[in-house]
Amino acid sequence: MTDTMTSTETTESVADFAARARTWLAENMPSIDPDDPPFSVRAEQSSWDRAKELQKRLYEGGFAGICFPREYGGLGLDHAYQKAFNAECRCYEMPLILNVPTFTICAATILDMGSEAQKRDRISAAIRGDEILCQLLSEPSGGSDLAGVITRAERNGDKWIINGAKTWSTSAFAADYGLLLARTDWTVPKHEGLTMFLVPLNAPGITMRRIKEVNGNEEFCEEFFDGLELGDDAVVGEVNKGWEVATRQLHHERRAVGGGSEFASGTAAENASEMPPDHVGLARATGQDGDPRVQDLAGRALVRRIVKEQLIDHVFRSIGNGSLPPNAGTLIRLFHAETTELEVDTALAIAGTAGVVDEGSDDAPRLTGLMDVGVRYLSRQTGSLGGGSSEMARNVISERILGFPRELAADKGIPFNQVKRNKC
Amino acid sequence: MTTANPEQLLFASTTQTFLEKQASLTHVRGLHASGVSFQPEWWQRAAELGWASLLVPEELGGGSVSGDGVADLAMVAEQIGHTVAPGPLHPVSIVLAGLVEAPGGHEQTIEALVSGELVASWAVYEPARPFAPLLAATKATRTDGGYRLDGVKDRVEAGADCGAVLVVAELDGAVRQFLVPTDIPGVTVTAQDSVDLVKRYARVRFDGVEVGESAAVGTAEQTPDIVERQRQIALVLQCAEIVGVLDAVLAMTNQWLFDRHSFGRPLASYQALKHRAADMKMWFEAARATTAGAVRAVADRSPDAPKLVSVAKAYVAERAPVMLQDCVQLHGGIGVTWEHDLHLFLRRVALYRAMFGSPEDHHRAVYALSSETEANA
Repeated sequence: MTDTMTSTETTESVADFAARARTWLAENMPSIDPDDPPFSVRAEQSSWDRAKELQKRLYEGGFAGICFPREYGGLGLDHAYQKAFNAECRCYEMPLILNVPTFTICAATILDMGSEAQKRDRISAAIRGDEILCQLLSEPSGGSDLAGVITRAERNGDKWIINGAKTWSTSAFAADYGLLLARTDWTVPKHEGLTMFLVPLNAPGITMRRIKEVNGNEEFCEEFFDGLELGDDAVVGEVNKGWEVATRQLHHERRAVGGGSEFASGTAAENASEMPPDHVGLARATGQDGDPRVQDLAGRALVRRIVKEQLIDHVFRSIGNGSLPPNAGTLIRLFHAETTELEVDTALAIAGTAGVVDEGSDDAPRLTGLMDVGVRYLSRQTGSLGGGSSEMARNVISERILGFPRELAADKGIPFNQVKRNKC
Repeated sequence: MTTANPEQLLFASTTQTFLEKQASLTHVRGLHASGVSFQPEWWQRAAELGWASLLVPEELGGGSVSGDGVADLAMVAEQIGHTVAPGPLHPVSIVLAGLVEAPGGHEQTIEALVSGELVASWAVYEPARPFAPLLAATKATRTDGGYRLDGVKDRVEAGADCGAVLVVAELDGAVRQFLVPTDIPGVTVTAQDSVDLVKRYARVRFDGVEVGESAAVGTAEQTPDIVERQRQIALVLQCAEIVGVLDAVLAMTNQWLFDRHSFGRPLASYQALKHRAADMKMWFEAARATTAGAVRAVADRSPDAPKLVSVAKAYVAERAPVMLQDCVQLHGGIGVTWEHDLHLFLRRVALYRAMFGSPEDHHRAVYALSSETEANA
């Protein structure tokens, strides 16, 4: 989002900045092999402690928050400086897990919509490596219909009292503050009665638990709000204008996921699950690398992965030159889901029994670890659900890109307290 | 295919106007009805627009408006796809792509191809064998004044309308290419039909065909690279033309979904159909993206070009027939009639799916190239 960018406040050229960063990184940050990086597991607290420590070093060295304004702890430089830094930091350990959602979504949204105090306090604390931010949007009552949230914020004197539940909050257990969307007026249509709050997660009235996924991952959290008290200073933007804030969040999320955010520092894959399955390696490990059928299967998956990268590039260019509308990013989202399904299915097909029975032994060391393929298969659909389902993506593409008629919204224009909800 | 300069835009619009006026679907049906593949004078007019000069350097009488002949050629192919136009753009371009790599002694042939006077084609396939351009059972042997050729080639595009063919043959254990006129003794050309309404192929037999020293194109050392360049041009042309086909067919199908009403509402309002249109839009943009990637790699002579043309062919030729059939389905019964134009497009796409390597072949090619990379890493 260019309108959130501040003008360059330096006389140092990008090249000089990059040169200074190169020297500083070599002296201050741990070096890594970019082709075999140490991955951080988001579900583990130690990953977050490490990320904060690395972020502190960046801050102390004067290389944190490159594109955030100076008055909020950043450097106030434009994207070119961040891109140059990204190129320099490839061979160093970076606090990559702070990019999403802390910097690219939450801090970016606070910068767009927050009060002066929120910007000054939260953004600078994140840049210093003191605080982590998260999003509290989805609810157990429904995923795709985000504006249909039923967590309620009620006025009591000069306080807001929050009751309800949120779910699928990325890394919320590690976070200090969260952006929480709640309903403040039930007598108006659903988008018009929402308010965004910035919530300290250690406040009384919040119970958090980890969600355990089928693959064992425990990164996501569910939170219950039971009489949580907030002041007016917690409101982000205006009361009953929370949907505007949420829209900014979704905008920043799409840009971040596509790798197009100026607020991300470092662009490498942050963990092993972002790495595609190694189909060639699997074919070799199972002794099938000479089988034309397996070569066809694996080749198809390899092709699809390359096409995905080409599509990302094509969509970015096309949005840039106006030949595709801005929400064409949804094409990437859907293609990613489709590609992940193919890659995971192909890996399972090649792994055969070794993907579902642990066949590894001293005599068959190459088969060790292949059951990971089967475990990954069990949570195959996460790529088609996270960040909006593939079905929602198809609605967006057909309606907003192709101009097909919109789906009937039975809640349109109707006071939210009259809208039909889940049968308990 | 990407952002164009004013000269490219002019070239594109001239090409488009020419195709709309002189190569519409009605023309294609007319040619088919009269059993004609293309009219030579039509091809000469196309050549006058510059279609055959794009891969040829200026010093050999060619040139392209943008200086990027491969991109311009892909643009022409994409436009051709809009009406599945006739003509020997593919065979002529493939032969020229080879000749300009080793032009010595072939200057006149290049000039005649650029002007459209001569049509030539790549004789690379052999009967009952898959596409394997560096394996030839056709034999060349040295004679006093040149070479003698013996063997059979088939699936030679526009073979019956060619004045010359570029023949892949084995000479002294190495693969070589020879430019052979089709009207000399010992050459027998037999037409082969295809599912396409206007694209024709031919079996070309060489029985003790004598050619001069100058018939050879490139040395034994140069030939594998020249053949690879020709293969890349062939695949890029196919992919670009299929992108044009998809563009036209999706526009036609989406319009149909808006116009056609059932149960009092447009088909476009049914979510089950909207989702299929969304998938097809995504696959179309992916086809365009991977084709553009292949075009750039071939234009830049990137080391990745062998892989990226296979990636593009594998993806585009796997997806496009599925999309075409789905468009038939979305049209309903009208889609399987001769009267409706969909089958003209389906024919071309089915043809290209198989020619110069199927998606399955290219999957294996990409596997082999990725496997090499991993072994070297």
